[in-house]
Amino acid sequence: MSLPDIFALRQYLGPELKDRTISDARHSVSLTDIVQYSCLTGRSCELSGRSVLLATSGQLLSALAMIELDGVARRMLLCPPDLDWDCLQVLLEQAEIDTIVTDRPLQRCIAGKYIVIGIDLPERRTVGWKVDRATEWLMLTSGTSGLPKIVRHTLDGLAGAIIADGPARYRNATWATFYDIRRYGGLQIFLRALIGGGSMVLSEPGEAIATHVARLRTGGVTHISGTPSHWRKLLMSGAAADFSPRYVRLSGEIADQAVLDGLARAFPHASIGHAYASTEAGVGFSVDDGREGFPAHLIGPNRGGVEMKVVDGSLRIRSKRTARAYVGADAPPLTDADGYVDTGDIVELRGERYHFVGRRGGIINIGGLKVHPEEVEAVINRHASVQMSRARSRRSPITGAIVVADVVLADGTDRERHETIRKEILSQCKDCLMVWKVPAVIRFVERLDVTAAGKLARTDA
Amino acid sequence: MSVKSKIFSAMKQIAEEQKVTLPPLEDDLPLNETGFDSLAFAILVARLEDELGIDPFTVAEDAAFPSTLGEFVRAYENVPA
Repeated sequence: MSLPDIFALRQYLGPELKDRTISDARHSVSLTDIVQYSCLTGRSCELSGRSVLLATSGQLLSALAMIELDGVARRMLLCPPDLDWDCLQVLLEQAEIDTIVTDRPLQRCIAGKYIVIGIDLPERRTVGWKVDRATEWLMLTSGTSGLPKIVRHTLDGLAGAIIADGPARYRNATWATFYDIRRYGGLQIFLRALIGGGSMVLSEPGEAIATHVARLRTGGVTHISGTPSHWRKLLMSGAAADFSPRYVRLSGEIADQAVLDGLARAFPHASIGHAYASTEAGVGFSVDDGREGFPAHLIGPNRGGVEMKVVDGSLRIRSKRTARAYVGADAPPLTDADGYVDTGDIVELRGERYHFVGRRGGIINIGGLKVHPEEVEAVINRHASVQMSRARSRRSPITGAIVVADVVLADGTDRERHETIRKEILSQCKDCLMVWKVPAVIRFVERLDVTAAGKLARTDA
Repeated sequence: MSVKSKIFSAMKQIAEEQKVTLPPLEDDLPLNETGFDSLAFAILVARLEDELGIDPFTVAEDAAFPSTLGEFVRAYENVPA
């Protein structure tokens, strides 16, 4: 294969674009001449054609390694920060990993089995990589229970939606995301920054929201993405006041009207879009009209390389942007016989628009009547004093299950208003939902957990 | 407040929410004449569990569901909290 046939990340890092950087809370690295430097230490010349695990403590080093290894390594497994080593060892076998790139000390039993390459800020001249292959990008699914699945992507597929948008659209943008870039949603933003010729400000785990926003402002962030849970947290923190991005993007969870309206009020000068994407199905589409759900005409044959259909209520997607396959000896097929990925996301047609109602696995059964927790949450979240909510199933000796809701109120909500708010929420639910979907009990809680992937935690639901 | 009055108060609250008109609450009132459907009873049992800390119908394996309001109240009174 000759070089121009290979689509590699470094092609987007030419010296002609000045003042491009990628930064975290401690370091800022220039992207302008990054391809002339190496972040790898030790026997890094052995990396060509290897199956590499990227296991760095922070996102910045992973970002630099992705740039350096794409087109060089056979495959790269991106390791999100919250994965434990026991879990990882199984995944390494499945992914046939032979090399680990890490800045962390490894247990000797692990180190002995693999080539271990160190990684640090790029202060050495590069050995001069030969870019001669389309590297496989391996990512982990963000499911909350059990061992994650490994999915295999190509850069071509990962960047499909970015190329389709026209990368030049975002020239000079400085991107940020509340996600970790080693997960699908975050990686999309990292690739948008790189391929679109922009810069990027990375998130830091555990960073206070006000500190994070201050860093976004200082870094001149213009384009930013996160899950609705991330955005609700920001909106209710009061930290959004001095921040004025041009583009605000939501993905990863259902963007309900309340969060879209909240963002439109908080960022009157921004265009606000919500995207549908998943690790397996890739980027399906994005919607920029500020309304929840998506236009019904998106379902049907080939629109910009993406075909979508609804079967048994769930959204199915076929495109070059979906993952290629699950990886591992006993890996199940990723698509059906026709090449469609079943997303497991249930949609409902209301008028000219499809609305997401929840996950197939999350349905609560109340004496034979079904409810998706997300549809209840969407109604509760419309109340002005509600920061976020979680509807869940509670066992009932009478109907098998009932719906109950845990609600986080906005900071500073007067305790004396709790009963009034409870009544208002209930009456809102009664107006909009069938009677069995109205929460039997509403509990006010201090906080609701959000997973490392930025989604509302439903593990104990 | 006694267990009985807590139960009655929760029932009145649910009746109001569900737009149900409760008949006078007497011990011998059959539960199927309260106007409550199974969902309303499910809500009642869940709320009482939160308020009283007990769910007599889940605790005992052989719990027979009561047929009158008086039996329903006694199911709560007889379970040590």
